[in-house]
Amino acid sequence: MQISARQSTVGTIFDVAGDIDLAHSPAMRKVLLGEIKEKKTPKVFLNLKNVRYIDSSGIASLVEGLKASRDIGSRLILFALNPAVREVMELSRLQKIFEIYENEEQALGA
Amino acid sequence: MVIRAGLRVSHSKFGKRFAPVSSAGRSELLLRLQLHSNPESLCLVRAALERATEVLHFSDPDSRAIVRSVDEALANVIRHAYKGRGGLPIEISCSRLWNTKDGGTPNGIEILLSDSGRAIDPKKLKGRPLDEVRPGGLGIHFMKQSMDVVEFHRKSGKNLLRMVKYLASQKPGAQGQGEE
Repeated sequence: MQISARQSTVGTIFDVAGDIDLAHSPAMRKVLLGEIKEKKTPKVFLNLKNVRYIDSSGIASLVEGLKASRDIGSRLILFALNPAVREVMELSRLQKIFEIYENEEQALGA
Repeated sequence: MVIRAGLRVSHSKFGKRFAPVSSAGRSELLLRLQLHSNPESLCLVRAALERATEVLHFSDPDSRAIVRSVDEALANVIRHAYKGRGGLPIEISCSRLWNTKDGGTPNGIEILLSDSGRAIDPKKLKGRPLDEVRPGGLGIHFMKQSMDVVEFHRKSGKNLLRMVKYLASQKPGAQGQGEE
């Protein structure tokens, strides 16, 4: 898994690629919580276009990020979910809990 | 990780509950994997299983469901049965199921997982209610949602997990095909 950060005028965008599984979800959790809890970035975007696979530990990291963002009044926004990631979100019944957009343009405009 | 392919598997060591799906069916070993309880091994297992499901002509969503279920089961072994300790043994076998009632149509995949970790309380294999938005407790739910059969058994100091997924056209009730 690779995570790279970009800055936009409205917040920080993390481009995530590869598999978010038991081996890699701790790294994503650390990055997310660091941005939300320590930097207190008002809008954090996750670009999941190139995520091939996400498991329940990856979902747990996203939920932790979501809770942390709600705690400080910021927003965690996901976009560009491929079918594999979308299936897992639906299985978890989290697709309506997270802010999810089709693409980056829509996400940044939200 | 050790990979053996194309060997016959004996189900007797898994006990009665791990016998082939029914007396009318038979199974053929496609793949046997021996790996250690290291999270880095999971991507290798997923890759192998993805190809196995392709060979068996599962649809893309069903293939992802099988891969996801095995991955979650392995993650549970590593996190709970082995408490996060690496280097401990896990064995996976993956077999093609045949329906001999109709002369031998492949009708699904059977996956057996075995580990020597601490005994797992079956009551804890229920997963959590999905209306609770909190981290954790989703792996079991994914497995039960994704597979047609999920059975857990403890025998001779080992945790044994059996999962079956039928081809869509061969599910029980679909045109009289399938078993169980």
